[in-house]
Amino acid sequence: MKSSVIVFPGSNCDRDIAVALEKMQFKNQMVWHKQTKLPKSDLIVIPGGFSYGDYLRSGAIAGKSLIIDEVIKAANSGCLILGICNGFQILTETGLLKGTLLRNKNLKFINRDIYIKVMNNNTKFTHKYKNDQILKINIAHNEGNFFTDQKHLEELKKENLIAFKYCDEKGDFNEDSNPNGSLDHIAGIFNANKNILGMMPHPERMVDEVVSNKDGANLFLSLLN
Amino acid sequence: MKFSVTVTLKKDVLDPQGKVVQNTLVNMGMSKLKSIRQGKHFEIDVEENDIPSAEKKVDEMCKKLLVNLIIEDYKIKKI
Repeated sequence: MKSSVIVFPGSNCDRDIAVALEKMQFKNQMVWHKQTKLPKSDLIVIPGGFSYGDYLRSGAIAGKSLIIDEVIKAANSGCLILGICNGFQILTETGLLKGTLLRNKNLKFINRDIYIKVMNNNTKFTHKYKNDQILKINIAHNEGNFFTDQKHLEELKKENLIAFKYCDEKGDFNEDSNPNGSLDHIAGIFNANKNILGMMPHPERMVDEVVSNKDGANLFLSLLN
Repeated sequence: MKFSVTVTLKKDVLDPQGKVVQNTLVNMGMSKLKSIRQGKHFEIDVEENDIPSAEKKVDEMCKKLLVNLIIEDYKIKKI
């Protein structure tokens, strides 16, 4: 399985995701944002970070960069796309995913391990998980407060396009378990074709028991098979 | 030809920054304050003599990059 990680000025999780992908036996390449051609890839990852210093809006400038036209073409022809954290913000700015990420409700940058629940395991990204499985996973963001219009929210629910929701250790949804104030506790969503996943939590930080846990590993293992 | 563009969050979008600024001003004794919404302001200089076509260009800039239409509204004004 071939993967490409897109690197923008200000990306800072690009090496982490590359290490995770290589650990999982992906053949990975790093792609600088000024490149106009993508190497042949089964998976494209838009990593976390602060592309262009979050100027204008998080992900807004990166969403108009040269390589993004190629990413959009690849996405429309069915290539798997994973956007993590700033990558999720960039995907919403390109229009590949609907909705947007607002400033955290408490106006603070949040970096801690939280819990999310797997809402749909019938996808290429999540089939190694069980539905309703609870994962302990790291978040590190200032703008993770998912927001969208009512019509899109209905579509997300009806078409099973919500990938993960913030919950507590027992899997319950309540105000305390929603760290950033996201609409309906949403932590990650798919596009209608389910070949694009955007998520605020960092699965690449959860692939090694020495540094954290392995709750993120099944996302990459799902993609491999 | 110069234009000012004001970008604000839509009415039904929570504006936590505006809320904090508002609460602070109320705490400072500005008791008549009813509400504050925080936004962004751009000053744009376009090389163009015709007002409608200059406005059209600024509008395109807003739609394509400056404004996130899901959550923001904008107003263009010639200055």
